[in-house]
Amino acid sequence: MNTFLVASDVRKTFVMHMRGGVELPVVANVSFSLEAGRCAVLGGPSGIGKSSILKMLYGNYGCDGGQILVSHRGRHVDIVSADPRKVLEIRRDTIGYVSQFLRAMPRVPALDVAAEPLMIRGVGRETAHAKAQSLFARLNLPERLWSLPPATFSGGEQQRVNIARGFITDHPVLLLDEPTASLDAANREVVTELITEKKAAGVALLGIFHDHDVRRAVADQIIDVSAFAAGKSAA
Amino acid sequence: MSTAELMETVQPGVDDQAEAALLKVEGLTRVYGDRIGCADVSFSVWPGEVLAIVGESGSGKTTLLNCISSRLTPTCGTVHYRSGDGVSSDIFKMSEANRRRLMRTDWGFVHQNPIDGLRMTVSAGANVGERLMAVGDRHYGNIRQTAIEWLGRVEIDADRIDDQPRAFSGGMRQRLQIARNLVTGPRLVFMDEPTGGLDVSVQARLLDLLRGLVSDLGLAVIVVTHDLAVARLLSDRMIVMKQGRVIEAGLTDRLLDDPRAPYTQLLVSSILQV
Repeated sequence: MNTFLVASDVRKTFVMHMRGGVELPVVANVSFSLEAGRCAVLGGPSGIGKSSILKMLYGNYGCDGGQILVSHRGRHVDIVSADPRKVLEIRRDTIGYVSQFLRAMPRVPALDVAAEPLMIRGVGRETAHAKAQSLFARLNLPERLWSLPPATFSGGEQQRVNIARGFITDHPVLLLDEPTASLDAANREVVTELITEKKAAGVALLGIFHDHDVRRAVADQIIDVSAFAAGKSAA
Repeated sequence: MSTAELMETVQPGVDDQAEAALLKVEGLTRVYGDRIGCADVSFSVWPGEVLAIVGESGSGKTTLLNCISSRLTPTCGTVHYRSGDGVSSDIFKMSEANRRRLMRTDWGFVHQNPIDGLRMTVSAGANVGERLMAVGDRHYGNIRQTAIEWLGRVEIDADRIDDQPRAFSGGMRQRLQIARNLVTGPRLVFMDEPTGGLDVSVQARLLDLLRGLVSDLGLAVIVVTHDLAVARLLSDRMIVMKQGRVIEAGLTDRLLDDPRAPYTQLLVSSILQV
């Protein structure tokens, strides 16, 4: 079996200096691994730290301890201790991420937003745009929106731009933070297909899905995040 | 591969960043009498990346920018710049002539107020062309053609080429200043609050333009800003300064989404939500 990513004993606590230094433990002892061609799903109630785990894997949140090893350009790199430039390199080539909400850039058209991850990897503008267009078409995003900046789009439309942006590359690891939350049934079905295709292509996926149908359709493994609740082991 | 095997082949997170830094700042300090401008600042900038220096007014970020761009002499510390031929040298040990040539060719400097970076009483075309002439271009037709192209890239209509920047709006002046800086193909551009003093809609247009130019040209940029939204949009990495010292440094999105230092938390929590 081909292991792409291993998290061991990852720990995270927020220290709120604006609140007199109060400590907010998020997770502790987070340990799991992701395998090529499989989709793991983070399970557990809201506020248990699922999104925080995704953000730590992406380097968006720092960790207070532990190790996250990812197979990057034929080597194994620890994201927890990687310097900022290494994290950026890992994001460009190895770990993709579909966030819960699109961060819209002023004036940048939807096509460019979705094509950007390919273009920063050196793919030509036309090829990148063609791929973005085919994803938009599959996700039923009305063609009249393609050349407009997504800032004024509805939540569901923005999310489809975001999904296209995340799925456009062939990153070996893909993190999905509730990608289907604001989509209708037909588009949830499209996302399910896209995930299935990624699995077939050997991508290791880790996602948060509150939608039971999507979860049942894609999950190969459920990781129960309540087992990592901070304080549980310390208490 | 098993987990145990994976562990054995682990590489340290900080590995041989094969590529050499473009600018390396070490222990940079500038004092004004017994007041600190900036103290013991160290960082590096690599080709093609955008580094934001953020902090409130008086945090020392402009003093730092002026020192590393050789406009101000530091009290102590070094700034090494690696030129196109791969040779790295201390900019304060260069001859004045070499340093001036560096500032005209390899470097650009975008001021907050375009009046400080433009010549207001010569035409827009001459403002752009002047930098080309400074690097030895003498063919009038070529210079004018290049100037027109650059005005187009910064979204200024070609028919404004003979107008003086005095007749331009603030946003246009700032775009002209950017064209003037980029026309000679610099490798490193310093920017001091490039969007300060502009209306938000003008600011958004300028930010989008800068983002495009930076990625198309593969520029390294050091941008000073007090605006965390500007830092988020433009930069890869960020340095937070307070009272002349570096408080926190790292990935821009991590510093903004997971700030550690009390001061960074204060800055981030002070952003107004629209």
